[in-house]
Amino acid sequence: MGEVKVSGISVAFEKENGESTLALDNVDLEIKDKEFVCFIGPSGCGKTTLLRTIAGLERPDKGQITLDGEDITIPDSTRGMVFQEYSLFPWRTVIQNITFGPQMKGIPKNKVLEVAEKYLKLVGLEQFRNSYPYELSGGMRQRVAIARALANEPKVLLMDEPFGALDAQTRNTLQKELLQVWAKYQITIVFVTHSVDEAVFLADKIVVMSARPGRIKKVINVDLPRPRERTSSEANELRNQLLKMLAEERRN
Amino acid sequence: MSKAGTKGPREIGIEILSVTVAIIIWQLIADLVVNNKFILPSFTDVLFAFIKIIEGGILFTDLAISMLHFGIGILSALLIGIPIGVVMGWFKNVNRALDPLIEIIRPIPPLAWIPFAIVWFGLTHTSAGFVVFIGAVFPVIINTFDGFKSVPKVYVEAAKVLGCMSSGSLIRHVALPSALPSIASGIRISMGVGWMCLVAAEMFGVSTNGLGYKIWWHYYLHQMDFVLVYMLILGFLGLFIDRVFRWYVDGHLLEWRAGVVV
Repeated sequence: MGEVKVSGISVAFEKENGESTLALDNVDLEIKDKEFVCFIGPSGCGKTTLLRTIAGLERPDKGQITLDGEDITIPDSTRGMVFQEYSLFPWRTVIQNITFGPQMKGIPKNKVLEVAEKYLKLVGLEQFRNSYPYELSGGMRQRVAIARALANEPKVLLMDEPFGALDAQTRNTLQKELLQVWAKYQITIVFVTHSVDEAVFLADKIVVMSARPGRIKKVINVDLPRPRERTSSEANELRNQLLKMLAEERRN
Repeated sequence: MSKAGTKGPREIGIEILSVTVAIIIWQLIADLVVNNKFILPSFTDVLFAFIKIIEGGILFTDLAISMLHFGIGILSALLIGIPIGVVMGWFKNVNRALDPLIEIIRPIPPLAWIPFAIVWFGLTHTSAGFVVFIGAVFPVIINTFDGFKSVPKVYVEAAKVLGCMSSGSLIRHVALPSALPSIASGIRISMGVGWMCLVAAEMFGVSTNGLGYKIWWHYYLHQMDFVLVYMLILGFLGLFIDRVFRWYVDGHLLEWRAGVVV
């Protein structure tokens, strides 16, 4: 199970001059088990903050987040995360990065390796097993980051603009691969993006957010059949609808 | 591993030529211009002196003693300096508490500690090691501290969401490896400073043996060729220690940072 319930979350950040900005204002959201949810919105709308709060990396000032009914207060291995910037440990090889999570859980060594090999294979990087991150391209690094997060067998995978720094081709490939992984492992994915195309291609549910203070503007259920055609007329229509909403936000 | 380190036969040829020419000029000036062994011993004088101390085996005793002093100083600097740098870098309050103390003690030149070294430890190896320690410990503390302060936040957060929660395991599995390049360059600096302190400590009679002590001893005997031999040995040994350390660190510990030299 991987059901996330966000109820009445507010997060404020204190600036150095003592003023505080409200990054999230009274946000309610329900994410169902095995759902693929995208957060989209203008920069500064708090989409990353919301994701980090679900991860347990930010403490809410008000409200509560639960995963399968259990309170989330600190990070733990039930929620895996893939970061926007390259977050692989540069001093560990690819395989050692993937084993990190299981190792921390105290799983026996041979079992750890077995799990890691499985996820290494899943992302198709067996021949880079013993390479260091600096030897990999951006796309490969994010693949390893996904494998590393999955190796912990989390209930929810949180992704913070994971493909933002990649070129368009690699991006499309990784989106497809991610959908395959999602279909195979049946976990909940929460995905932050600033790309309308990405959200339309990936999500079951798109959460559009508005800025200052961060609020949920609209939740759109996407019922386009999978596998999705990026250029189908339905996809275009949805894209237009989203772009209009975002343009509106920018005007405010 | 660095590009600057790759040398072709041509570069090596030039280097050998340069050293040879320098030796010839030195020999000629010593023999024909100065012609006074006390003021400037020639290359051959130094060579004979070198052969003498090797034949007598004195060199090896002094070498061993000096390495003992150096080893005591550097090892204790690492054992004390790294943990202090770690806790200062990781816990803000420890930094606030220790920083002023360190900033007051650090500017005192290590050699100013020699009287206390003698009072506390007598004329012993520990005493010489203590002076080396004083010189070596601060670069270790400061570089470890810097390395820990500049651990990228994303590594710590990535580790946390992977289930690495306690300060202890975050330090061990994330901060320490991430700070290792900085710590390694701190150790390198501290070995350089420690090497200088070693000679000074031995010269001031904290010990009655060692390479530094021998320089002073032969000076009293007006044997400047021996003084020069020991000077050159100290230089080469310092270079050698640094090279071995760099080779080990770059090739083994910091393989993941290929192309970057500490």
